[in-house]
Amino acid sequence: MTHQFPTLSEAQKRELHETALRIVSPGKGILAADESVGSMAKRLAQVGVENTEENRRQYRQILFSADDRVSGCIGGIIFFHETLYQNSDTGIPFVKMIRDRGILVGIKVDKGVVPLAGTFGETTTQGLDGLSDRCAQYKKDGAVFAKWRCVLKVSETNPSTLAITENANVLARYSSICQQHGIVPIIEPEILPDGDHDLKRSQCITEKVLTAVYKAMSDHHVYLEGTLLKPNMVTSGHSCSTKYGPEEVAMATVTALRRTVPPAVTGVAFLSGGQSEEEATVHLNAINNCPLAKPWILSFSFGRALQASALRAWRGHKENEKGATEQFIKKAEANSLASQGKYTGGDNNYTDAGQRSYGSCHAY
Amino acid sequence: MTHQFPSLSPEQKKELSDIAQRIVAPGKGILAADESTGTMGKRLEKIKVENSEENRRYFRDLLFSTDPSISNCVGGIIFFHETLYQKSDSGKLFPQVIKDKGIVVGIKVDKGTAGLNGTDGETTTQGLDGLSERCAQYKKDGCDFAKWRCVLKISDSCPTSVAIAENANVLARYASICQQNGLVPIVEPEILPDGTHDLLRCQYVTEKVLAAVYKALSDHHVYLEGTLLKPNMVTAGQSCAKKFTPQEVAMATVTALRRTVPASVPGICFLSGGQSEEEASLNLNAINQVPLNRPWKLSFSYGRALQASALAAWQGKTANKAAAQEAFCSRAKINGLASKGEYKASGSADQASMKSLFSASYIY
Repeated sequence: MTHQFPTLSEAQKRELHETALRIVSPGKGILAADESVGSMAKRLAQVGVENTEENRRQYRQILFSADDRVSGCIGGIIFFHETLYQNSDTGIPFVKMIRDRGILVGIKVDKGVVPLAGTFGETTTQGLDGLSDRCAQYKKDGAVFAKWRCVLKVSETNPSTLAITENANVLARYSSICQQHGIVPIIEPEILPDGDHDLKRSQCITEKVLTAVYKAMSDHHVYLEGTLLKPNMVTSGHSCSTKYGPEEVAMATVTALRRTVPPAVTGVAFLSGGQSEEEATVHLNAINNCPLAKPWILSFSFGRALQASALRAWRGHKENEKGATEQFIKKAEANSLASQGKYTGGDNNYTDAGQRSYGSCHAY
Repeated sequence: MTHQFPSLSPEQKKELSDIAQRIVAPGKGILAADESTGTMGKRLEKIKVENSEENRRYFRDLLFSTDPSISNCVGGIIFFHETLYQKSDSGKLFPQVIKDKGIVVGIKVDKGTAGLNGTDGETTTQGLDGLSERCAQYKKDGCDFAKWRCVLKISDSCPTSVAIAENANVLARYASICQQNGLVPIVEPEILPDGTHDLLRCQYVTEKVLAAVYKALSDHHVYLEGTLLKPNMVTAGQSCAKKFTPQEVAMATVTALRRTVPASVPGICFLSGGQSEEEASLNLNAINQVPLNRPWKLSFSYGRALQASALAAWQGKTANKAAAQEAFCSRAKINGLASKGEYKASGSADQASMKSLFSASYIY
C-alpha cells in the first residue's frame, strides 16, 4: 500500500482538473436537472402536470432554452439518463444545445438508496455494478462529469459509524471509477435537514462525515484536484426551535469545511436541500462573505432552488414557456452573484458592518 | 459518536488558537532546541566538547541570550525537560529569558520510540502515561506548546498500515491531552529521508501518512485551529540517484499538503531532517513561492539547520560566544525571510525568475 501504482496519467489528471475548474469558474455554478422519474412526479404534481416522458422533455427544454445570459452563470448541468438522449422541439439533442452554450454536461449515475440492515432507517447508495462501462458510454455521449448522492440523517442515534463509513466508501469507489474514464465525480454526502437538532450538532456531524469521506478518497487513491464536493450547508434541523441568521449558517459551514476539505479540492457546490430559492441564495452569499480563508471555490449545485419559480410560472402551459425560462435565468443570475458574495437582493446587504456580524469562529 | 460532548470551551479554544497564531506570526518560525541528552551527546562530540549538564546549559544559554531582535524571526522555542529548569548566566530561568523576548516556550513531551513487533523495524512513540499531569505542570512552569515526534520509514515494505495507523493514533491521543491542559500540540509525523526512493514515492507516502493523521485527529475530537503540524518536506531519499531542485521539492511538498492538511490548521513548520542549513532555507523559500493556494503558514521548526554553524563557531570556547550567537542570528534571519519567500541566496536569481523554474508542465 505504500507503493504508488499510478491510477491516472499526467494527461488524465490535467483533463480532470481543467474540467472541474471550468464547471466552477468564477461566477458559475451547477444546475441540478437530474431529477429521477419518481422525483419529477412529485415536482409536476405540485403544478398539476401529468408525469409523462413528453412533459418531462418539455420542462427540461424550458431550462435548456435559456439564452446566453446563463453562460456566465451556469458552468454545468446535471442530467438524468433519460434526458441525455432527448431532443428539443426542433430535433436538436439537449446535449448539443447545452454544449453550444459552453456549458458542460453531467450525468447522475447512482441508482438510488437502499437500506442498511440493522440500522435505524439508514441507507447506502447502489449503482456500482457495471459503472465503469456506463461511464465510458456516457463520456462518448457527451458527459464530462457525474454525480452520486449518498444520504445520511440526524437523530438520537444517527448517523451511525456504519452509515458514515459505508457511504464514504461507496462515494470513493464511484469517484475512482469515474476518473478512470475522464469524468469528474461530484461527491454528494447529503445530511438531511429533517429533525430538531441545532446548528452545533449539524456542524459536528458534517465534520465527522466529511472527514470520513476524504479519508476514503485517500484510501481509494482518488485525485482530489479532479473532483467537486456537493455537501449540505450547515443548518439546524427543520424542526429546531432556534432560528439562525445567514452569518451563523455561513460561519458554521465554512468552519466545518475548513476542518475537513483539503485545499486541493477544486470546488464546493452546495446542495439546496429543503431551502427556498431566496434562502439558498442568501446563504450562499453569506458563505462567500465569511471572513475566514476559503481555499476552494464556493458555489451552487441547485435543483429546486433554481427551478421552483420556473416550474410555477410554466404550469404545463406552452404560452408560459418564455416567462418560465425568464424565471430560471433570473435565479441563475442571482446565484451567480451569490457565488461571488455580491448578491444584494432580498434582505441582505453586505457592507463592512455586515461582515462584523459573523462573530468569532472560536465559538464553533 | 454523533453527539458533540464539548472537549473544549470557547475560551480554551481561543487561548489555543491565539498561542498557535503567535508562534507562526508572519516571518517567524520555531527553534527546536529540544535535543535529548543522548542526542546532545552526538552534537557535542562533533566539536569535541564533553556532554556535561553545564555544557548543555552553556550552549542553550548562548542561543537563548542572543540579541532580542531574534524574536522577529523566532516565534517559539522547543525545550527538553532538563533545560526548562536550568538558568542563564544572569541567574534567570530559561523560560523567563525566552518569554521576556516575547517568544513562546514549548516542551518535548514524548519518551522516545518503541518497537512495533512483527514489523521490519518500525516504531511507535511512547509517553502517554501520566501525560495529562505532566502537561498541567509544564503549563504552570511556563510552557504554552508541546512537541511529540513519531517516526516512519520508507522501504520496499514500509511504512505498513499498522505503523501508519498506530502512529496517527498516538499523535491524536497526545494532541487531545495537550489541549485539555492549554498546550498547543505540535504534531510531528516524520518520514525519514533514508533510502533510495524518488520524490514521487516520498510524496505518495507523505500523503497517505498525513491523511491518516488528520482522520485520527478528527476521531479524537482535536481542535485543529489550536494545533501545528511539523512534517518532513517531500524529498527524494538520501541515496536516490536522481537529484531534485528546490522548486521540485517545493511543488511536491505543497501538493501533498494541499491534498491532506485542512485549511483550519494555522501553521506547518517543517523539520529539517538531514538537510544542511542552506538546503533547508532554500527549500523553505521555494515552498513559499509555489504558485498554488496555501491556506496555512509555511514555516520552520529547525534544530540542526539553525544550530550547526553556531555549534561549529563555538567549539566549546567562551571566547567564541559572540561569533556563535552571530551565526545563529544569521540563520534565524535567513529562515525568517524564507518563511515569507523573500530569501535571496547570494548568486541566486530574483523571485520573478525563481517562479519560472516551477515546472508548469509536470503534474504531481
